[in-house]
Amino acid sequence: MSNDPNFITAAGPATEELVFDATEAQRRRKPSRMVRVGDHLKREWQLYLMLIPTIVWLLVFLYKPMYGLQIAFKDYSIFRGIADSPWIGLEHFQTLFNNDQFLRALRNTVIISFYGLIFGFPMPIILALMFNEILKQTFKKTAQTIVYLPHFISSVIIAGIVITAFSPSAGIVNTMLGWFGIEPIYFLTKPEWFRPIFVGTGIWQEAGFQSIVYLAAIAGVSPTLYESAVVDGASRWQMMWKITIPSIMPTIIIMLIIRIGNMLEVSFEMIILLYQPATYETADVVNTFIYRQGIQGGQYDLAAAAGLFNAVVAFVLVMTANTISKRYSRTSLW
Amino acid sequence: MTNMNLYSRGDKLFVIVNMVLIALFTISTLYPFIYIASLSLSTGFEARAGNVVLTPVGFTIEAYKQVLSEPLFWSSYANTFIYTIGGTLMSLAFIIPGAYALSRPQLYGRRFWNLMVAFTMWFNAGLIPFFLNMRDLGLLDSYFGIIIGFAVNGFNIILLRNFFEGIPQSFEEAARMDGANEFQVLWKVFVPLAKPAIATVALFCIVSRWNGFFWAMVLLQDESKIPLQVYLRKVIVELSDDEEFANTLLTSAYSFETVSAAIIVCSIIPILLIYPFLQKYFSKGILLGGVKE
Repeated sequence: MSNDPNFITAAGPATEELVFDATEAQRRRKPSRMVRVGDHLKREWQLYLMLIPTIVWLLVFLYKPMYGLQIAFKDYSIFRGIADSPWIGLEHFQTLFNNDQFLRALRNTVIISFYGLIFGFPMPIILALMFNEILKQTFKKTAQTIVYLPHFISSVIIAGIVITAFSPSAGIVNTMLGWFGIEPIYFLTKPEWFRPIFVGTGIWQEAGFQSIVYLAAIAGVSPTLYESAVVDGASRWQMMWKITIPSIMPTIIIMLIIRIGNMLEVSFEMIILLYQPATYETADVVNTFIYRQGIQGGQYDLAAAAGLFNAVVAFVLVMTANTISKRYSRTSLW
Repeated sequence: MTNMNLYSRGDKLFVIVNMVLIALFTISTLYPFIYIASLSLSTGFEARAGNVVLTPVGFTIEAYKQVLSEPLFWSSYANTFIYTIGGTLMSLAFIIPGAYALSRPQLYGRRFWNLMVAFTMWFNAGLIPFFLNMRDLGLLDSYFGIIIGFAVNGFNIILLRNFFEGIPQSFEEAARMDGANEFQVLWKVFVPLAKPAIATVALFCIVSRWNGFFWAMVLLQDESKIPLQVYLRKVIVELSDDEEFANTLLTSAYSFETVSAAIIVCSIIPILLIYPFLQKYFSKGILLGGVKE
């Protein structure tokens, strides 16, 4: 009702007060905030109608679970529900930090992420630089089409391929080792092999596709820089180091910030598919711990506490990375 | 780039080494797929013996017969189509109008709404609260739960919003002169102009729906509702250390390896079929997404 201007006029001043003079008209032309919002809504209601479903969806599916996070501080009981379960403070966090499995998962998360950062982060950059140096367009296009492909294949299939390829009897890896007289290794049950296989699979799957971002950045470098470098007699190698890499540095830093922000989000879907009790020692990460304790084990409150810890650390990481980057390179996400 | 003749000998060597390295990386990307395809067409015995390296050994389609005769394979395949098509349409129904509204300068509190969308890209409540919320909403073990529960994605909204913002104001003004309302402006002017961006978002949705496995595994108990990826996991991961299964198949024309390879091939095919379309759009899409913010 309040967005109906007739309604507002009816509630306005009585007729006898409507003596027309210039200042009065001036005053009335500046309606109150309520009236302005009302007019605006009447004119633009369709816009809000379009926005509402999206906002409602976000509230129901993403913001409401944030309210549910409080069970990390509660003795959660399914029967009492989130609101009525008693508060217990930081007990779950104390339990977690006295839990060997959680500490192991935390350590593994950090180590696996760190490996991913060291080996996985530079690969797409190197690939993009290499693609950029290829002059034959057909070769470049074909190679790109192929290296992008694994990104679009599901983790279940990738895991299936890995499991098949590393199988002790039939797997191609052991077949090849056999050519050199090496006895078959049951890779996926050996804790020491889990991290190299997992990190390697990640690089194989994503490095090609991630190079797109850097190729886009390279495409944005001004050609005049290269032209003047050619005039100065620079080699391709020098151009790469002196022009291309410095030019895409902002992109590299932004990607690094994003990467560090997602550091604890190791792709646990793949880990769930590849690990087994024999390799938990090196493979179990915080998210797989949460999955086992919470969804499989029903300890929702404890698992939610582990999740909250994870999310807060991730948030701190991205804020820190962004601040450092802002200070030293003037490149930042916000 | 410029003419090859301009380059010194060192440059030529650099270019050649570079091409060789790229070729090696490309081959190592492609090889596992060829290996799996060959494995699926080999006999179980040869596969077990580790004789398959590049091409099928003892060519047979027994493994495919085995896969295709399984009713659960077909029902999960059909479910995947339901989740992919239903989910993608649902996503577009939320994302297109939402992104349009967020792109309009006259929207009150635009900064706030945009922040609300972007925040979900950086922080989410995590597995357990999301799961409990789905349970409380009664969306466990339901087709609808999978279709609606993952409909909106902050990145896709921002990508499309950026594209809409780039469409010149004059298009909208012209449509308004002709008396178009907000819905008509969106449907008749913006949607046709934003086709590449919408196609990109649609393809992102299709791929993530087709590949989605974790939440389907967690939320669906009823076997008749599981998608292909969950079925795949059941077969590959759960049976890989089932000794009884392994032993009975030791001498038959198919084996655990060839059967799982055949399922892998069957489930990759649809993605390979739309890959050419994907290819055309995604690099553009990534660029669109990266322009602002």
